[in-house]
Amino acid sequence: MTTEYQAPAEHELETIDLNINVGPQHPATHGVFRMILTVDGEVVVDVDPVIGYMHRGAEKLSENCDYRQAIGYQDRTDYLAQFNTELGYVLAVEKLAGLEVPERAEYIRVILSELNRISSHFMFTGAFGTDIGLFGTPFMYSFRERETIQDFFEEITGERMMYNYFRPGGVAWDVPEGFEERCRYVLAEARKGIEDIDGLMTENEVFVARCRGLSPVSPEDAINWGLSGPMLRACGVKHDLRRAEPYSIYDRFDFQIPTGTNGDVFDRYLVRLEEMRQSALIVEQALAQIPKDGPTMVEGMKRILRLPPGEIYMRTETPRGEYGIYLVSKGGDKPYRLKIRSPAFSNLSALKAMSAGNYVADAIIILGSIDIVLCEVDR
Amino acid sequence: MIADNPWVDALLRLAVIAVLLPLTPIVLNYLERKIFGRIQMRLGPMRVGPHGTLQTIADTIKLLTKEDLRPSSADRWTFELAPYVVVVPVFLAFVTLPFTADLFVRNLSMGLFFIVAVSSMSIVGFVMAGWGSDNKYALLGGVRAAAQLISYEIPLILAVVAVAMIAHTGDGRGSLNLAEIVDGQGRVPYLVWQPLAFFLFAVAGLAEVYRQPFDIPVAESEVVGGPFVEYSGIRWSMFQLAEYGTTFLLSVLGALIFLGGWNWPLGNEAGAALQVVLIVLKTSAFLLFFIWMRAAMPRLRIDQMMSFCWQVLLPFAFLQIILNGLVLVYDWPDWTLGVLSGSATLLAAYLTYRGARQAAEPYSPRFTTVTYERVS
Repeated sequence: MTTEYQAPAEHELETIDLNINVGPQHPATHGVFRMILTVDGEVVVDVDPVIGYMHRGAEKLSENCDYRQAIGYQDRTDYLAQFNTELGYVLAVEKLAGLEVPERAEYIRVILSELNRISSHFMFTGAFGTDIGLFGTPFMYSFRERETIQDFFEEITGERMMYNYFRPGGVAWDVPEGFEERCRYVLAEARKGIEDIDGLMTENEVFVARCRGLSPVSPEDAINWGLSGPMLRACGVKHDLRRAEPYSIYDRFDFQIPTGTNGDVFDRYLVRLEEMRQSALIVEQALAQIPKDGPTMVEGMKRILRLPPGEIYMRTETPRGEYGIYLVSKGGDKPYRLKIRSPAFSNLSALKAMSAGNYVADAIIILGSIDIVLCEVDR
Repeated sequence: MIADNPWVDALLRLAVIAVLLPLTPIVLNYLERKIFGRIQMRLGPMRVGPHGTLQTIADTIKLLTKEDLRPSSADRWTFELAPYVVVVPVFLAFVTLPFTADLFVRNLSMGLFFIVAVSSMSIVGFVMAGWGSDNKYALLGGVRAAAQLISYEIPLILAVVAVAMIAHTGDGRGSLNLAEIVDGQGRVPYLVWQPLAFFLFAVAGLAEVYRQPFDIPVAESEVVGGPFVEYSGIRWSMFQLAEYGTTFLLSVLGALIFLGGWNWPLGNEAGAALQVVLIVLKTSAFLLFFIWMRAAMPRLRIDQMMSFCWQVLLPFAFLQIILNGLVLVYDWPDWTLGVLSGSATLLAAYLTYRGARQAAEPYSPRFTTVTYERVS
């Protein structure tokens, strides 16, 4: 969608547009994203996004690993929602292999994924607050909660960021003792944190004045641009893969899909905030239902997993949206082709249309509201 | 008089300012980081010295010994002189600012006017820094700074003028002499008669020191520090000195003209030590307000900031002036002024609230490229 911006006729001086470079090293860009803004005074005329600084070839690398080794690359695509991306990948492998995962492992996966969704959205609230000019306060509030969750994950997986814990057929090992009590504690802390963020930001007049009505997206546009996740739901499209095509055991839980009405930046923020509450609800239900003991891995798993020839597209709902794994197997222990459909990449493609015509300051928070993770965009 | 010889006396007083002012950023920066830390559930600086008290001194030494870089493409003289243009007016303003009944350099009879006049000079420095750096962020920031500081100067000055109009003096009303203005507040601070002017002063003051929600010129996430982006070492710390100096200046000024300075609530005969305690307490209240706002408020957009100034602050500043004029002309008692100004304050608060909510409705069809058609 091209933008035609014409300077008002009363300008007597001849003015030229200014190119300013935001990123890859700029406090406002998340990760190493670069956008070249063409500005006329304070108004953005054109946006030229530049990506690829973080390209590692994760898809190609996965083709050279066996199915379990490639899980590590999934951690490194979306490094804020590692469990969610792992889940998408192992589900794809399991579906192709025809594995039936034990109950307990399913519940552990769901609990960890939903907690990860909460921690990822905490990262969003913190970074978004900083984008909008709240100097560090929401960031610190968010990170207090994120740390609690992160510590919990570390206790379970032994790793702080790159968990590598989900395996085709279950999870790597059973959770440590006292898992449920710790989980309840973490959940209570997270809920407190959600309310803190809510109180700090949602009703702030300046925050509302900045966000509401900014870059509204219509549902048709959202669908045409391929938006997904909170970006799509903020536009009023009630589409959540956990509900639309329930994978794993998501059909057993009772939760709402929050949607916005205007599709503006404020709605995107509100939808994410509400999603955190719904995720907390899911974790609560999963904790009540989880079998106290039982296997966490398919009985008699072979040391090397060989998949039958075939192909599969498995899509799951990560905090950023529809995370798709397209997997082609020609037999053997390695994927023939692995393609990742990353939600942040598709959401980012709408950046130009959303921010052209707005102020420079707004372009920054529109970028922030997309909640990109550059590792996932570039893969 | 500190010394008998008037020249020695003047020099000693100047020396007090020359020592005090460079110390303000050190103290204020430490306080700011500590209070920030508490608000954000951190400890703030803790390592250097007990409770980190020496941290800002260490930072100062680091800044002073750092290399003073100048981009090769920068406009040399504009770039190098800009920090002086920013920092000198702050020093000048302190020359006539009385801290207590005895502690001042020179109490000018036009003191208030002098402070307002010289402190607005520093805008030139920001534009020079923005232009001379040959950096696009700096240029944007410099232009933003010019627009913002000039705009908010007007409500700030009008709020100050409102107080000067109704100040009680020995021979009637109206004074630009800060000591006289403070002496008129022995029993009732002017905050009570001028709440509207007080709020205008506080908000415009926030904008004058470009703190949240008005930190648009230096917005970290947009223009990466604005006019100062190319500066380093001593020159950068001079900008810091000017920022904290202005914060301190406005806090003291607010304490003097609205909170009764060294008089209220102890009356005009408080001892010198008590006067210092009073002025420190009142100044600290203002400083805390500035720091708290920075931690709790997001940033306004530039058009919102400008329209807030010209559409809300300025009309209400004129309203306050008109009210004061009516009271002076018809010789109404002071409490009518308090009631009128107070109700105007409530009106301003309500209008701002409504304006913020209305501005937040889906807006700006001129700039948006996204289609609006909805399906229900």
